[in-house]
Amino acid sequence: MTRRYSALSLFKEGLNNQQGWQKAWRSPEPRLRYDVIVIGGGGHGLATAYYLARNHGITNVAVIERGWLGGGNTGRNTTVVRSNYFFPESVALYDLALRLYEGLSKELNYNIMLSQRGMLTLAHSPADMEMSARSVNAMLINGVEAELLSAEEARALVPLYNDAPDARYPIHGGLIQRRGGTARHDAVAWGYARAADGLGVDIIQNCEVTEFIIEGGRCRGVRTTKGDIRAERTGMAVAGHSSVLAEKAGFRLPITSYALQACVSEPVKPALDCVVLSPATGTYVSQSDKGEMVIGGGLDRIPSYGQRGNLPVLETVISGLLEMFPSFRQLKLMRQWAGIVDVVPDSSPIIGESPLPGLFLNCGWGTGGFKAIPAGGTLLAHLLATGRHHDISRPFDLDRFVRGRLIDEAIGSGIAH
Amino acid sequence: MQLFPCPFCGLRSETEFHFGGDMGNLRPDGTETDAATWSSYLFLRNNPKGRTSEVWMHLTCGEVFRLDRDTVTHVVEKSAALTVEAHQ
Repeated sequence: MTRRYSALSLFKEGLNNQQGWQKAWRSPEPRLRYDVIVIGGGGHGLATAYYLARNHGITNVAVIERGWLGGGNTGRNTTVVRSNYFFPESVALYDLALRLYEGLSKELNYNIMLSQRGMLTLAHSPADMEMSARSVNAMLINGVEAELLSAEEARALVPLYNDAPDARYPIHGGLIQRRGGTARHDAVAWGYARAADGLGVDIIQNCEVTEFIIEGGRCRGVRTTKGDIRAERTGMAVAGHSSVLAEKAGFRLPITSYALQACVSEPVKPALDCVVLSPATGTYVSQSDKGEMVIGGGLDRIPSYGQRGNLPVLETVISGLLEMFPSFRQLKLMRQWAGIVDVVPDSSPIIGESPLPGLFLNCGWGTGGFKAIPAGGTLLAHLLATGRHHDISRPFDLDRFVRGRLIDEAIGSGIAH
Repeated sequence: MQLFPCPFCGLRSETEFHFGGDMGNLRPDGTETDAATWSSYLFLRNNPKGRTSEVWMHLTCGEVFRLDRDTVTHVVEKSAALTVEAHQ
């Protein structure tokens, strides 16, 4: 019976012919009633369940997942973590996530393979350098380290970058957040799932929410393909399908669903040891621990729930990559896929109680939900446990769209949607 | 690459088109409108999974039009010139 992972348990199991390992989580049948229901078994939903148990002592919790754990955007992103945002509200949110990520492997007893190799955003012109300096200053004022790099310093970090005399986007400098990097996306979902399960949370997969149980104007639970499940508080973290569930609950959201593509090359020997983004090409790339180049770019510009991705955008992303790293021309592309993301007019998430009392929202993360998982979980758990906002989640309430107090990170940090 | 039908130019590449929002999202009367109604007009979206009616612009000819399509399969049902009747 080995539940805790350590070098010693690995050694013992080696002697024991690996017979003692337990399943990382149970697969219980749903009970009729819980204190809290969390819809969505991706990173945010599982983190919410874990923090409900750990921070608030609420363990009578069900996580309901239509498919399998981490099978949506948690398993489809490019695994980048960073907190290089502009507005104080955003930095507070995303840096909370990054700080929690920094201690997560130890806390969950599960290796999330966090690699703080640095997130480099290139500047291609003197004007770009001024914008980079503005970003660095904003981050420093908000208490997050960042460095402005000269052309030489930036080039030294990406020696394979195109420095031909006729290069369309030469390196003029850049900004780096050294605490940024990558983490293993599946491990984040599985680590939270295992830790939440260990604290008593029921994780129920292959169970689709078909309807909300609404009585006396409040959400009292959900109807699912495995029967009715009741709870006085329900949270939803179902990025990509937030509007679909909102419609079942009787309200609309300021969200449009788009496909966001990514792709990976065949694995090669180490050639790139930071995450590098060129705002001009819109392409960013990092090298996975396995050696694959993990490549991402902008959204498909057609509202969609089809998890495929279209050719013109893939072409733009790849041509951007080859402009940046001409030698990558030799690489074969192994896989290409898309996830459906919630795009919000101000490019900031929505966290708070929904128009249906008793139902709480964690959605609208746009193209950047993975990096925010620990914060999204902490804040939704706080809402579900106390019924009130955490100071960090208050500015991200749905009411900002009526009050006009938007947090526009498209202007702030140049998010391209 | 997908081809979208512009009602004026015929089938053209998807890269020539720009999404303009939900059909039927008509601007409320500005003199009698509360903040919630304005917010709904400005920000809230139907965003359906499946069949949808949307306003699109064909960037090369500059015309806006109605496009009925499916957001999962991307199959286009029809496109039509944008008239007040089309909004209903």
